[in-house]
Amino acid sequence: MALLIDEPGLQSTVQDLGRPGYYNVGIPVGGAMDTLSHEIANLLVGNDPALATIESTYTAPKFTVTEPTTMAVTGATMEVTVNGETVAQWTSIDLAEGDSVTCGFATAGTRAYLAFSGGVDVPETLGSRSTYSLGKIGGHQGRALAAGDTVPIGNRTAGSAGRTLGEDLRPEFSRAITARVVLGLYDHLLTADSIAMLTSTEWKLTPVADRTGLRFNGDQKFEFAPRTQPFGAGSNPSNIVDAGYAMGSIQIPGGSQPIVLHRDAVSAGGYAMVATVISSDMNAVAQLAPGSTAVFESVTIDEALATRADRAQRRSKIHEALS
Amino acid sequence: MTDTALRDKARYSFGGDEYLFVEIDESMSLEGYFLVGTLAAAVEAEQIPGITDICPTNASLLLRYDPDVTSPQALQEKVQELEVGVRTTSSQTSQARVFEIPVWYEDPFTSEVGQRFRDNHQTPDKTDLEFAAEVNNLAGAQEFIERHHGTPWMVTAVGFVAALPFMYQMTPRSRQLEVPKYLSPRTDTPALTVGHGGCFSVIYSVQGAGGYQMFGIAAAPVFAPNSPLADFQDSMVLFRSGDIVKFTPVGEDEYRDIQKQCEDGTFRYKRTDVEFDLAGWTADPETYNAAIMEALDGTAD
Repeated sequence: MALLIDEPGLQSTVQDLGRPGYYNVGIPVGGAMDTLSHEIANLLVGNDPALATIESTYTAPKFTVTEPTTMAVTGATMEVTVNGETVAQWTSIDLAEGDSVTCGFATAGTRAYLAFSGGVDVPETLGSRSTYSLGKIGGHQGRALAAGDTVPIGNRTAGSAGRTLGEDLRPEFSRAITARVVLGLYDHLLTADSIAMLTSTEWKLTPVADRTGLRFNGDQKFEFAPRTQPFGAGSNPSNIVDAGYAMGSIQIPGGSQPIVLHRDAVSAGGYAMVATVISSDMNAVAQLAPGSTAVFESVTIDEALATRADRAQRRSKIHEALS
Repeated sequence: MTDTALRDKARYSFGGDEYLFVEIDESMSLEGYFLVGTLAAAVEAEQIPGITDICPTNASLLLRYDPDVTSPQALQEKVQELEVGVRTTSSQTSQARVFEIPVWYEDPFTSEVGQRFRDNHQTPDKTDLEFAAEVNNLAGAQEFIERHHGTPWMVTAVGFVAALPFMYQMTPRSRQLEVPKYLSPRTDTPALTVGHGGCFSVIYSVQGAGGYQMFGIAAAPVFAPNSPLADFQDSMVLFRSGDIVKFTPVGEDEYRDIQKQCEDGTFRYKRTDVEFDLAGWTADPETYNAAIMEALDGTAD
């Protein structure tokens, strides 16, 4: 079974839950930007959540299937059609040999996930099927899908069509979110006023938003407290001796535009990180469209853990609903 | 060496709910780097459940963990215990692999890209090398190049992008080459560019964005998935932390010859293994470096 890609969509890549264990050689965590939508897509077609899906940005590929399979499309809201007829998202449907699938433009959220029973069956690289485009490894030939590609799909496990996830359990994609952050790493280099500004401003997402990171805009300039730069750090007060970057960490290289590093971010560098988005809010950040806003609300590590526990509960409800 | 005295205790900070950051020191030094490496090894040996990534980087250590398995506070306490231990027993010796890296300095590839991004640079009317020489009070590009390959470098981190080595020059702080980064980063850097920012030299493993000054281009790869080359049979990533690098200048003919050997799958890096002892090196860096270079030169190609 395979997909024949007629049109690739925008930045459509094969993704799974990522490639932990190689950050020390600069290979990022990778994997689905919105892990929950990815997981739900897999559950809808009867897959283990670790199997690979196709992640698309703004619009998904147009393709034809070579054999019968079961498909589900989750994540960003978009019109999905099979042979010209609209089908529901967050629902698994059977496809017959030769069926043609198209997807429209995202109207809420930015990243859609296409799961197929048996999973996208590209070979694993360093234990994962995730595409790391910069390093040209993983996924389909280490790159985004292109017209004319044949994408292999695993064997269908029977009897999963017709599953649907209730609306109350679906993630909501808002154009104004609160992304909770734990202040830290190098926040002590900022002035108190600048920390207050970071955590109270409504930041607007610029078009510079991809798998490596998302750049936000405000009107004000951050100020770093004056200090003698440590040896090896570089001369700008926002420079540090190059250090490992946490996924979700926020840095302000130009002094006015905070960047949230995401799953394909560089693993290390010399710009001060001043806060980190908590794991529970990284999916919502991934689904923000340019022009949308985020407030970075400061929380404690214990509040971050409590939120994580709530989220785990919600996930088990989703698993129950789809089992 | 009093100029590289470390502070007594590391600084700990949480990166959200999945990362613990341990800053051994704010400044870069080989002493700090060795402590980071020993602590990383101790964390790994302890096999703390839930840890997925252990990233020693220059003067700090970043850990990624699953807080559902080990709580952030429990992890920090555990690592603090290990820190106390390594500070009393810290070994300052390592088994180091030594690599000779052929570099074409002042090559046309990085020069062309440098010209394209002159607006991003401090001195649009000078090349990166001329600028680097000037800020280090050297006579010109040639003297800078000689200082760049005159001593070996130690890989003190691998990262930024896949397989990119951060290298620290094995010379006393007063002799270190320091250069600011571009005023704003380039959107393009040729693969295998030898660059420099702060006190670190790097070899850009893949083509992409970058802000380091560009001095030349390495002739052979440092990141090679599915490569037939002998040096990449164990890993697609050439370098690991603690490796020692000796840059060797090559001209266009030799560069092209190495490129051809890489295409044919016959290229092998000249390399050897040495035991590196930080105290021995600190006592007399020049003699110590000379011994390392002798060991490398004694290796058959």
